[in-house]
Amino acid sequence: MTGTGTTRYDCIVVGGGHNGLVCAAYLARGGRSVLVLEAAGQVGGAAVTREFSPGFQVSACAHLLHLMPGALMRELGLDAQGLKLAAHSLPTTALSSDGAHLSLAAGVLSQQLPADAAAYGEWQAQLQRLAAALHPVLTQTPPRLGTGSWQQRASLLRLGWRIRRLGRRDMRELLRIGGMNVQDLLDERFASPLLKGALALDAVLGTNLGPRSPGTVLTLLYRMAAAGGVEALAQPTGGLGALSAALARAAIAAGAQIRTQSPVERILVSADRASGVVLASGEQIAAGVVVSSADPKTTFLGLLGSEHLDAGFVRRVAQLRTGGLAAKLHLALERLPQFPGLDPQALRGRLLIAPSPQYIERAYNHAKYGEFSAAPILEITLPTLADPTLAPPGKHVLSAIVQYAPYSLRSGWQLERQHFTDLAIDTIAVFAPDLRSCLHSAQLLTPPDIEREFRIAGGHWHHAELALDQFFMVRPVPGAAQYQAPVAGLYLCGAGCHPGGGVMGVAGRNAARQVLREAA
Amino acid sequence: MLTESEPHFRQPLLKTPFHERARAASQVDSFVAWSGYTTVDVFTTVEQEYFAIRNSTSVYDLTPMVKYRIAGADAQRFLNRLMTRDLRKLAPGRVAYSVWCNDSGHLIDDGTVFCLAANEYRLCTAERQLDWLCASAIGFDVEIAEVTEEVAALALQGPTSCALLKALGLDGVERLKPFELGQFALPRTRQPAAQPLALPLMVSRTGFTGDLGYELWMRPADAEGVWDALMEAGRTRGIRPIGSRALNIARIEAGFLLPNLDFVSAEHTLHLGTERSPLELGLGWLVDFGKGHFTGRRALLAEQQRGPRRLLVGLDVEGNKPAHNALLYADRAGRNQVGSVTSATWSPTAKRNLALAMVEAPYFAAGATMWAEIYLNRELKWQRRMVRARVVERPFYAPARRRATPPADF
Repeated sequence: MTGTGTTRYDCIVVGGGHNGLVCAAYLARGGRSVLVLEAAGQVGGAAVTREFSPGFQVSACAHLLHLMPGALMRELGLDAQGLKLAAHSLPTTALSSDGAHLSLAAGVLSQQLPADAAAYGEWQAQLQRLAAALHPVLTQTPPRLGTGSWQQRASLLRLGWRIRRLGRRDMRELLRIGGMNVQDLLDERFASPLLKGALALDAVLGTNLGPRSPGTVLTLLYRMAAAGGVEALAQPTGGLGALSAALARAAIAAGAQIRTQSPVERILVSADRASGVVLASGEQIAAGVVVSSADPKTTFLGLLGSEHLDAGFVRRVAQLRTGGLAAKLHLALERLPQFPGLDPQALRGRLLIAPSPQYIERAYNHAKYGEFSAAPILEITLPTLADPTLAPPGKHVLSAIVQYAPYSLRSGWQLERQHFTDLAIDTIAVFAPDLRSCLHSAQLLTPPDIEREFRIAGGHWHHAELALDQFFMVRPVPGAAQYQAPVAGLYLCGAGCHPGGGVMGVAGRNAARQVLREAA
Repeated sequence: MLTESEPHFRQPLLKTPFHERARAASQVDSFVAWSGYTTVDVFTTVEQEYFAIRNSTSVYDLTPMVKYRIAGADAQRFLNRLMTRDLRKLAPGRVAYSVWCNDSGHLIDDGTVFCLAANEYRLCTAERQLDWLCASAIGFDVEIAEVTEEVAALALQGPTSCALLKALGLDGVERLKPFELGQFALPRTRQPAAQPLALPLMVSRTGFTGDLGYELWMRPADAEGVWDALMEAGRTRGIRPIGSRALNIARIEAGFLLPNLDFVSAEHTLHLGTERSPLELGLGWLVDFGKGHFTGRRALLAEQQRGPRRLLVGLDVEGNKPAHNALLYADRAGRNQVGSVTSATWSPTAKRNLALAMVEAPYFAAGATMWAEIYLNRELKWQRRMVRARVVERPFYAPARRRATPPADF
């Protein structure tokens, strides 16, 4: 396959989201010639800063940085590439309608909850131990079993050994709680509904699960383990787009080339090996390896095509659960709304509206039947407090994840968009009564909007639901769980791979390592 | 056909459109279930019916064969990705025998693909396949519908079959080459009951006997008229309806495989290691690695490079007692088992004791000999025999007339 252009690249990375950029940077550092092809006008994918109302900017999809390993950020020299944090170690506050808000800053409860204070410390310590043991699982390439390879088996044995080394008590606890639902576990430990609601929200945010769904302890452990046991929430100056810009600079510094406004239409295959791509413009670009940061359905069913894949594999990909349930609400505010009972420091952090696990479960009930939550759960930030550059002087931005807003809404999002936007604003206004009077304009991104704007089939921020059957050694599907697709020379590096999304960058790094193992 | 007013659960087995004729022709009332239909096992005696296949003309009701209509802009691409053979070469009016595999290169089923027109096909299979066909259709513009009940079919096999069809007024049927199909009409005047209209009849030169023969495809409503016309025209040409037992002898002589006897569909196996690849079944000639991707290709390529671990072979067994279910050994003492027989029969035409057997490497080489353990029932006194078996070429019996065009007249 020869391109119409003259250049042939060692590697083409399809999609300039954060994973694609991380992958490109590592590939370039490994000595490969790399071209990143991004469909949008700016890199970043779902980690971008956009103007959503004249003069108001916001991290358009992901809005906090908390999962990207420090080692990865150091290796790529993101500091030197201009990444600055406007705020870090952000506190989390569970909002209560009676004004008795609960702050979970630094793992210590703000209030006198005599029944829960000691238990919370113990809970934090134990989860941190478990998460630390599982952390390597989330940073490495999952082993592939059934190949007869001792290396692969040894990798799984090492995981078993790490869990065994937790000691009898912690190991038993991990095995006991691993398949539980988070509400049962929280009910064992705590009394305060507000505390339990806040902890349960972290288990279900971005998933198609409620606190009573099996597997929600796993998603909570996942979040903890991905953060290395201690969750340090940060806000880059300039929003998440600044992170992507730094990643792009790191990739370019390592020698990669990046082309925006270059949507890839098709991945070329010759002699059962990926040989390049065709752009929507018709331009062909040849490459020895194609790495796709697009979601698995887009990559396999859209860009590659069933005809290059086995039918059973295609069926598994088609059956991936990829419908998102998290909407994003952006409010442009003329002035800062008042949250009675909330101290100014807490306002700079993460505000949660999830007053109890029951509240979340009720919110989830609607999603099961294709409806949006009558009383949604929210994760709210006011990024302009730490980073005033995002809005005109004196004005503010509110950015919130609103759940549950199912991708396939029975009544259709066309009809319900305004209704749900009002509902979300009213839900926040319970805690900030003057919110409506501060409002300049509002933007709601539903999962279908996220699908369209960020080119993620289903609009799921993890590209595919994080659940036991789509996790670790079988993520996204058996046959592609080690970043390598069944077609030689084609790799995946997006959130649909292990360990998933959440602006982590690990999938991009691991995929690059797999590619670099293949002879150039 | 659910033609009666009875609810379906009162007739667990469907009746084919030929059922009343078969019922009338049956002398021993021996019916068996086949793919949800009741069909004839034997009409008179197995031997009489078998010799109709080889010496005159046999009629076999193959309506229960599962049939799919596959059509749409991507029908050819869909089938070419589904099957191991290169179906891009299959022109309208042609038929191809092929197999298809799952991702790991294990056989799901075999069947015949009839190219009726550009991007319009009929697939005939032994087992129902809709789930796999639908999975295979993801990403292709193709419509798949089961038409088993909409198409009645008869196999007309034997040396006088062509002459019989010509006598019925199917002009030009003698020009059909093997694996070719044509559209004909059964003239009104040739129908015993003097029907008002000619009956449309699709005829393909295909079959499961390894002999000269045809398969006739028709509307269910026309089934009895066609049957009667065949019997009338075949009276002087030795026509005889046959059941599945006689057919089984002929298909073993021809070396054809039967699902659930010679292999189990990979979609149905429960035990690891009981699936079979086309390479293991001696169907490597159906696998075209050069045609582009098809499901199972990568696994089959790896298997081919690794070399086969076992192979389905034809055996010529000493003596005249069929080696049904016999275990095969490298040594007469029976210590080292090297395989087992899947199908066996005494061949009345070849006068040989034949078997199909799955044999482990390296014992499947042509000419290799081994020992078959046969159990004989002598008036309820069981005896065990160890007899020699030798790997021989398939088909065991292949008369030249099966390919002669035009066939001999009778």
